[in-house]
Amino acid sequence: MKDLIEGIVAPIDRDNIDTDQIIPTEYLKSIKKFGYEDYLFDGWRYMDQGYLGVKKSDRKANNDFILNKTPYDKSKVLLARDNFGCGSSREHAVWALRDFGIEAVIASSFGDIFFNNCFKNSVLPIKLEKAEIEELFSLSKDHPIIISVNIREKAVVFEDKLSIKFNLDDNLAERIIFGLDEIDITLKDSKLIKEFEEHRKESNPWIFE
Amino acid sequence: MMGYTIYDKLWSEHLIRPYDDGDSLIYIDRHFLHEVTSPQAFEGLKKKSLKPWRINANIATPDHNIPTIRDNEFNIDNIEDDISKLQVVELDKNCDDFGIKLFEINSSNQGIVHVIGPELGLTLPGMSVVCGDSHTSTHGAFGCLAMGIGTSEVEHVLATQSLKVRKLKNMRINFEGKIKDGVSSKDIVLYLIRKIGTAGGTGYAVEFAGSYIRDISMEARMTICNMSIEAGAKVGLVSVDATTIDYVKKHSSLPKNLLDRATEKWRTLQTDKDAKFDKEINIDVSEINPQVTWGTSPEMVIDFNEKVPSSSFFDDEKRKSLDLAKSYMGLSDNQELSDLDFDRVFIGSCTNSRIEDLREAAEVLKGKKVSKSIQEAIVVPGSGMVKEQAEKEGIHKIFIEAGFEWRAPGCSMCLGMNPDQLSPYERCASTSNRNFEGRQGNLGRTHLMSPKMAALTAINGRIVKEI
Ligand code: SF4
Repeated sequence: MKDLIEGIVAPIDRDNIDTDQIIPTEYLKSIKKFGYEDYLFDGWRYMDQGYLGVKKSDRKANNDFILNKTPYDKSKVLLARDNFGCGSSREHAVWALRDFGIEAVIASSFGDIFFNNCFKNSVLPIKLEKAEIEELFSLSKDHPIIISVNIREKAVVFEDKLSIKFNLDDNLAERIIFGLDEIDITLKDSKLIKEFEEHRKESNPWIFE
Repeated sequence: MMGYTIYDKLWSEHLIRPYDDGDSLIYIDRHFLHEVTSPQAFEGLKKKSLKPWRINANIATPDHNIPTIRDNEFNIDNIEDDISKLQVVELDKNCDDFGIKLFEINSSNQGIVHVIGPELGLTLPGMSVVCGDSHTSTHGAFGCLAMGIGTSEVEHVLATQSLKVRKLKNMRINFEGKIKDGVSSKDIVLYLIRKIGTAGGTGYAVEFAGSYIRDISMEARMTICNMSIEAGAKVGLVSVDATTIDYVKKHSSLPKNLLDRATEKWRTLQTDKDAKFDKEINIDVSEINPQVTWGTSPEMVIDFNEKVPSSSFFDDEKRKSLDLAKSYMGLSDNQELSDLDFDRVFIGSCTNSRIEDLREAAEVLKGKKVSKSIQEAIVVPGSGMVKEQAEKEGIHKIFIEAGFEWRAPGCSMCLGMNPDQLSPYERCASTSNRNFEGRQGNLGRTHLMSPKMAALTAINGRIVKEI
């Protein structure tokens, strides 16, 4: 169970951070669900071109990139601007964030498919108003800050300086807190699905040819 | 009583049950799979000892990371990159294990999932269609409820034939008027993204309507629905009309009696006259010129003969992203696009690799040669069927004689996961859909455009000033 996320915020001051940026296609060749941590933001994080299987220690790091600097290499929260995770449906983008240790992403908006994918992997996307995002950027600009995200209270808190409420459906919050298996839940409705299917077969038989 | 939009109709037709929390469970008619987003889903299924709910709903083909230089003798063992090979082998194995229909690498029906679905009659009006791929929106051109999903959802659909989603809001884009010569559906959709931005359609199911849409072919409609995701909308769709039904009749292998019955149903898949949309946008297409992207987001679009926008007109936040894009693309303020030297030309991808796209490019290339300054120009048909048709028409000869390479079907340089990639700093005229940093290869520079503009760029070595 996880109802609190507490950690360093890594600000990346860009909008439209797309899934190709979060993880380039090269690494989509993996058939595994884990092990993507070293490829997160690959194009920005390294000076050389990588390939699946290459070790971080064999790469030329871009020391200017925030996630390569201490203590940001231990960040748990990412801060960005508009339309984070736009682009492809690749869940690898969320897996890379998760494997790196990112538990929450704060942005003013998200790509639809990315947003959905987050909840399947216990990464919390937090939508805040632009002014609130601005405030977080200015707080975290000069030195690292540690914030806490209370998932039940739906609040982002920084010491006594800031407390922002965010919107999150209860069921989505529960998915993060308990990491529920959706397939198990849906299969409880097996009978309903079967009945629906039978009916559809009668009314639209061409679909089942 | 108020009328319904086509999206509303499709939604209620597929609704199994709503949940208290606002989500709903919807039934999935068709599920396309490819090698990249499916292995982890199959693994999950196996771990839980589950079987696909309805085997026949699933259709698979490898497309993303297969080489496009290959002949009929080519088989999986010939894939040089071992890691790519493993993924293709894995798809083969998984489909075999579960009995899922697969168009394998040297099948004459292999191709990009979004190209083969419609042309093989596997995408039918009124279906709910999903695939672990964001360009599944393409199938919306047929009046389908089509959307891209992630790998966890691929597993969910395999296991339960259903998807848990939330209903989207309704938006309609009315494209009215007649287009200018030299303008194609790709220009229209690029222009739309330029106007509403890459998040403009987020949270909406977008219906494309208006006299322009009614006038154009299914292929042109597919190009527009395909890129609705670049405008942020995971669902893009068009109401069914005679054009839809003609296409489906030509491509379907359904027995006649069933086809007739289906046709009656399909005709109802239209937005009612009195339906209400949450948002409507009207666009006069008669003023639109050929569009080209200059930056690293599909909304960074200008007319082919315009200058790269100067950042000084924008606020701080916007300016920063424009400057980053310019620096990545090697551009400066107010630079003419026609000043740029191009290295490569790519005609292909699920946006523009259908027969009409190839005809459009070939028309321009007839009797012309690719500029010496272009290092490589490739054309990659979207499917075995497109390739065959083009060869029947002799289009491939026009490409080859002009100096293009005529390749085998696949995603190819759209995403540079296979051997077709840009080298750092190479500039590419591309008919694909994403110009993100590194999309076509590490540090590669992509300019999105129509097949016609790509062909002109190939001949000229640069973007033309006049058409
Ligand atoms: S052609 Fe490009 S956009 Fe289309 S499915 Fe393949 S990789 Fe994705």
